[in-house]
Amino acid sequence: MNHPHLLIPLALSAALGLAACGGGDPLASPSATDAPASSAPAASADPIVIGSQDYYSNEIVAEIYAQALEAEGYEVERQFRIGQREAYLPEIEAGSIDLFPEYSGPLLQYWQGETDARLTDDVYTELQEAVPEGLRVLAQSDATDQDSYVVTREFADEWGLEKVSDLEKVTTPLTLGANSEAETRPNGPRGLMDKYGIEVGFTPIEDGGGPLTVKALKDGDIQLAIIYTADPSIATNDLVSLEDDGGLFLASHLVPVASEDVDDNAAAIIDAVSEAMAPEELVELNARSVEEQAPAADIARDWLEQEDMA
Amino acid sequence: MSLLSEAWAWLAVEGRWSGPAGIPARTAQHLAVTGVAVLLGAVVAVPAGILVGHARRGAGWVAALMGGARAVPSLGLLTLFGLWLGIGVEAPLLTLAVLAVPSLLAGVYSGFLAIDEAIPQAARAVGLSPGQVVVLVELPLALPVIVGGLRAATLQVVATATLAAYTSDYGLGRYLFAGLKTRDYAQMLAGSLIVIALALALELLLAALQRAARRVADPAHTSDPSGRRPSRKDHP
Repeated sequence: MNHPHLLIPLALSAALGLAACGGGDPLASPSATDAPASSAPAASADPIVIGSQDYYSNEIVAEIYAQALEAEGYEVERQFRIGQREAYLPEIEAGSIDLFPEYSGPLLQYWQGETDARLTDDVYTELQEAVPEGLRVLAQSDATDQDSYVVTREFADEWGLEKVSDLEKVTTPLTLGANSEAETRPNGPRGLMDKYGIEVGFTPIEDGGGPLTVKALKDGDIQLAIIYTADPSIATNDLVSLEDDGGLFLASHLVPVASEDVDDNAAAIIDAVSEAMAPEELVELNARSVEEQAPAADIARDWLEQEDMA
Repeated sequence: MSLLSEAWAWLAVEGRWSGPAGIPARTAQHLAVTGVAVLLGAVVAVPAGILVGHARRGAGWVAALMGGARAVPSLGLLTLFGLWLGIGVEAPLLTLAVLAVPSLLAGVYSGFLAIDEAIPQAARAVGLSPGQVVVLVELPLALPVIVGGLRAATLQVVATATLAAYTSDYGLGRYLFAGLKTRDYAQMLAGSLIVIALALALELLLAALQRAARRVADPAHTSDPSGRRPSRKDHP
């Protein structure tokens, strides 16, 4: 019988898992001997801690992960809406969060600083190398949520704009409105000058492509704005997202970050979710949140049912 | 500690102290936004406060209303005004004016209510018109409390005026927003330090103004609450 041999690595991994999330947390962990070493999918007694950004779309994806794992008998703990990357990534690196929906490009930039990679596969390859020890990225999804330059339909028709490079046809002055960091980051006026040779002014609007930015576009205070590709407001406000033909923006695919507490079986479940999610489906999920104000849990449940993964 | 020294280092960079986006220019914008917002607030608050204070009626009602107004979240209000007025400095100005009104209004009417009721009655008895009672009697007597309200309002507005950078390229808030998103915390802290310095400077200035107002209201120091009036003990 090889049961004793099986038990040793299991007990070890449970102990390691507990050690990883120990760190003086008073709520952490019964002793390693208490961990059930046998029961099927969950290798340790600890639930899988799933986090999400303070961003409704990210929360929906995190909720999908949670429900997909629960459907397969895993115990999960939800730590949603933890703010932005600066706030939660240290928590993931410290091992207090096990699974987190992320975006390939920005995540690579966080870990590696500036990078020359722009295209989907290059970014993913570099990302796999940049991941710190103890963490890994699972398969990336086709769904993207990345920066894009948008203009109003009217403006696009007036100047015949489809791609970013078409902006050179515009003879009136252009102003870009975006969060203030875009002024110095490569996705702002500097990048437009370097990659496309297009000169634009800059107006800071700090709502991240939200309603104030859309209002400024419609008022003509700005002509260009940075809005995420998965944002339903592009469709509802009849905006046009210009194709980034010069490769200015980092590819930003949905990609889960996982700790070693996420076992292979759980990783396979999440991979199936990533594979099933098409780009336009992510936009639809977001639209349900924005337009119907539907809670993330309901949106996630409906999508999983539709994909036969509930 | 190291963050603080990084913030000082950030402040010490020479190029930051000149030009249209330099620290002096942004500080001047910040002060201008603060000044205009408090002024806008005063245009509403002072007449309303005089009305309530002079009539000595409705103070409870106004206090409840202003208590509610203090709870209005400025960022939410800014987004509402921004959606109405578009981007630019107008929406933050209006938001900050709303922030200034409760303190200003409370200062004016409570200044009036603190006056012994016999004094305006006496003024009327010697033949002053209601307008004269307000301007010549009540306003000077209420002045220290009114300036106290101005002081509280200014402090709140100067600290919150960083919101102006939410919808426009105005004021010291730009350092905070830019620093937050790029993880340049030295820049954020430096921006905050300037705002703190500005708030302290205004506080000192208005405290001096308040002392001056007390001398106007009470030239003989008969009721100076600071306790520095000449008492019998001081002059045996």
